[in-house]
Amino acid sequence: MALPPAKALAAIGVTIREALPEDAVAGVAPRWVALPGSTSEVAAVMRAAAEHGLTVVPAGGGTKLGWGPPPRRCDLLLRTRRLDRILEHAAGDLVARVEAGVRTEALAAALAGAGQELALDIPFEGATIGGTLAAATAGPRRLRYGTARDLLIGITVVLADGTIARSGGKVVKNVAGYDLGKLFTGSQGTLGVITEATFRLHPLPSSRAWIGLTAPGLDGLPDLAALAASQAEPSAVEIDWPGVDAPLSIAALFEGVAAGERAKAAVASLGLGKTAGEPVGGTGGESAAGVGAACRLPADAGDSRGGAPSIAFEPPAWWGRLPGEEFLLEMRVPPGAAVQALAQVARSAREAGDVPVRVRGSVVSAVLHVALPGDTHAQQAERFVSGLRSGLAAHGGRLVVWTAPPDAASRLDRWGPVGAATLMRRVKERFDPEERLSPGRLPGIPPSSGRQSGGGPPSAGRPSAGETPSEGRPAGGGPPSGGGERV
Amino acid sequence: MTPAQAELSGRLLPILGPNGVITDPVRLRTYECDGLTYHRATPAIVVLPETAEQVAAVVRVCDETGTPFVARGSGTGLSGGALPRADGVLIVTSRMRRIIEIDVDNRRAVVEPGVTNLAISEAARPYGYYYAPDPSSQQVCSIGGNIAENSGGAHCLKYGFTVNHVLALELVTPDGEIVQLDAMDPGYDLLGAFIGSEGTLGIATKITVRLSRAPEVVTTLLAAFRDVESGGRAVSAIIGAGIVPAAIEMMDALAIEAAEAAVRCEYPAGAGAVLIVELDGPEAEVAHQFARVEALCRETGAFELRIADDPAERAAIWKGRKSAFAAVGRISPAYLVQDGVVPRTALPKVLAGIEELSARYGIRVANVFHAGDGNLHPLVLFDDAEEGAGERAERVSGEILDLCIAHGGSITGEHGVGVDKSRYMPKMFTPEDLDTMQLVRCAFDPKNLSNPGKIFPTPRLCGEAPGVRKGVHPLVASGEAELF
Repeated sequence: MALPPAKALAAIGVTIREALPEDAVAGVAPRWVALPGSTSEVAAVMRAAAEHGLTVVPAGGGTKLGWGPPPRRCDLLLRTRRLDRILEHAAGDLVARVEAGVRTEALAAALAGAGQELALDIPFEGATIGGTLAAATAGPRRLRYGTARDLLIGITVVLADGTIARSGGKVVKNVAGYDLGKLFTGSQGTLGVITEATFRLHPLPSSRAWIGLTAPGLDGLPDLAALAASQAEPSAVEIDWPGVDAPLSIAALFEGVAAGERAKAAVASLGLGKTAGEPVGGTGGESAAGVGAACRLPADAGDSRGGAPSIAFEPPAWWGRLPGEEFLLEMRVPPGAAVQALAQVARSAREAGDVPVRVRGSVVSAVLHVALPGDTHAQQAERFVSGLRSGLAAHGGRLVVWTAPPDAASRLDRWGPVGAATLMRRVKERFDPEERLSPGRLPGIPPSSGRQSGGGPPSAGRPSAGETPSEGRPAGGGPPSGGGERV
Repeated sequence: MTPAQAELSGRLLPILGPNGVITDPVRLRTYECDGLTYHRATPAIVVLPETAEQVAAVVRVCDETGTPFVARGSGTGLSGGALPRADGVLIVTSRMRRIIEIDVDNRRAVVEPGVTNLAISEAARPYGYYYAPDPSSQQVCSIGGNIAENSGGAHCLKYGFTVNHVLALELVTPDGEIVQLDAMDPGYDLLGAFIGSEGTLGIATKITVRLSRAPEVVTTLLAAFRDVESGGRAVSAIIGAGIVPAAIEMMDALAIEAAEAAVRCEYPAGAGAVLIVELDGPEAEVAHQFARVEALCRETGAFELRIADDPAERAAIWKGRKSAFAAVGRISPAYLVQDGVVPRTALPKVLAGIEELSARYGIRVANVFHAGDGNLHPLVLFDDAEEGAGERAERVSGEILDLCIAHGGSITGEHGVGVDKSRYMPKMFTPEDLDTMQLVRCAFDPKNLSNPGKIFPTPRLCGEAPGVRKGVHPLVASGEAELF
């Protein structure tokens, strides 16, 4: 090699700096940080990284960088924040093409000007489009609009070897070629760097209204499945359960024409009780411009303790927010088993010695987040997770551990069983044969097990990953902290 | 029977029994094409499995003998995706027709791949649910074929495509493994990658789809315009008003003429274009939006409006549209169907361009399209008895796709690439794009046996994974870590 990695990176003309402590990825410190400003600069960085055998972790706003197991190694953190242009907003076509580093708030503001939105709820401030795709986060309105993968119609990515590839396009209806967008959504930075994305948009709803109600406990929970299936067509039905002995807050969102009327009709038709008084909070105006703002405003419409259902034009404060970030689990269950899943949370929490938990999410799309305190004892955490996971499995559900404090993380199985692990492994091997992209951040199986065909890994080649770069180990870049975390 | 056929059938008979293996040349010929009839090939062998295990066993034989295989559902595809290989096995799913479960609590249905699209909705209807994607061939097309093509339909403008409605799949991989893909699983969205892969990544043997609640009301409107331009303005006005109808369909004068000849749809006389707009959802919302749509149609020049409120009237409005493809047979001895997509705002320019092509080549083009999402189905009409007409029609058809690409669109919105459009793929994608897609192919099907020759213009060998692979990570090798 002509140049040592640092010089080689500097030579390509992309902004590179030494990493700082705050650049650490789940406790693993990178050595350098690259700040490319275009897809071709990302490609140049990736080519240089390939040449020098550097491991790369892509990052957007960094809001979910700590999600999932730590990377096995991280030489270079590739930040997309300079890829911050909204390239195209074809309002008449309800389509927008943006660079990956665009902040979701900035995109929302730009689209709102034309009365449109990307109908994807983002649980974080400061998240970028690329990070949102890579982590496949979504929020309450997944019930109506689907998730990121359903709204993405085109993607540009840079692979580990610097190849720039694109799939999909600028039209919603398009079945030409494989849909790489699906594969990259939720890939956690392990297949390539997302540099550009094109989305289908929706008109901003002319009005929004929330039904808020509370239930004293699981036994008193109204029939939320019936509410979701109501022909009044709610866009979301969410719960907030601050603790297994606490009452549950429930909120259902109605969007579009006559949202308030439809919310009332839903309350009446489901026998949820008579709505209390007049709608509270805001005007419920039909102007599209007010809606985006209303969505972010905190209001406690859904917190009327134990009373009759209320109807509000602003969401409850907890709406669309994660119940916690330090120790965060995600339950996915078939919708018919959502209430059993909640009961299982309570049971597992008790069996683990009364672990305090907070649950929040969609009971009808059946994606629920569970937060534990950051100081949960590691053994308790382990009992809770394994108890909950096996309980959910009995209902066909899954449990993923997104974040955990270090001592608990080292004991936890992050993913549980994965159905198609062999195929996933084979996809990873094809896209990133040297395992240099966010290594270790997604589930798989060892290459030796299972029936491997011609797709198996060739074994010849250059020195093993551990031998490069030659300038010494970056801090924390060795084997996973916590002594070989089992993932 | 050729020696190769004899050897293959010798291995397949024990798996399927004599009723499940076809080698008789006359019977084989009935499988020589799908809905795209001008590509034909007689398969070496046809098998009719009844279980996933049988499919897997057949595929393992193919894997071991290096025999290509093609899956086929009902054979209604319009891109030659189920075109057999003369040297291969055609795996027909028509005996895998069980609706395993209608699970209302979980709003899902579990079915075998040979079940027709419409049968799912019919089975769910008593519970107030239906399966949303509705390709025009829904009475006969199979859900397995829908998975392969990521089928859409008139209502995908509002409700999305097959991929947005599939929750889980059981599939047989090209090396004969039975694998479960589930949207709830952590890791890569292989479900999303598989749907729409046109049979090149394996064969779906069990499918779990989401069931949707039937809307409270459905209202359908037929608006007649003097010309396509006015109809197009109505479409833009409706979308511009922030309304997302369940469907917006348009037919031009020639398409109307054909439909009239075939099914007497009795669309308004003198119409240069008709627009069908369907709104569904909560009553309050639909009523409000419908008033807007009606006003916008009148403002943009509609001279007659018909409104359907009940299923019979709705069926009468849709009759002409749904029969349009077959109907052109009444006014032309032969035709080609295209499936290009353009951004909705480019529709007027592209339609003008098609008219120009039609005039230049002396080939009539009837236009039927999903106007809401810019998905064109130009029907290129020609007389196959006329010298050179077929070639000219092909030229027109190809140049229509060029127009779509030039306006930022796609060569296929719902019919798939198949064999029909693979040669246009390099116009839409760079070699790097196509090579990257091939990485997915090679991960699933390194021997290139699963529906080879479809989608991609030039077959590629997978060989070793690209790049130079380093040694296995020590932690993985020692079994301490299972990750990537």
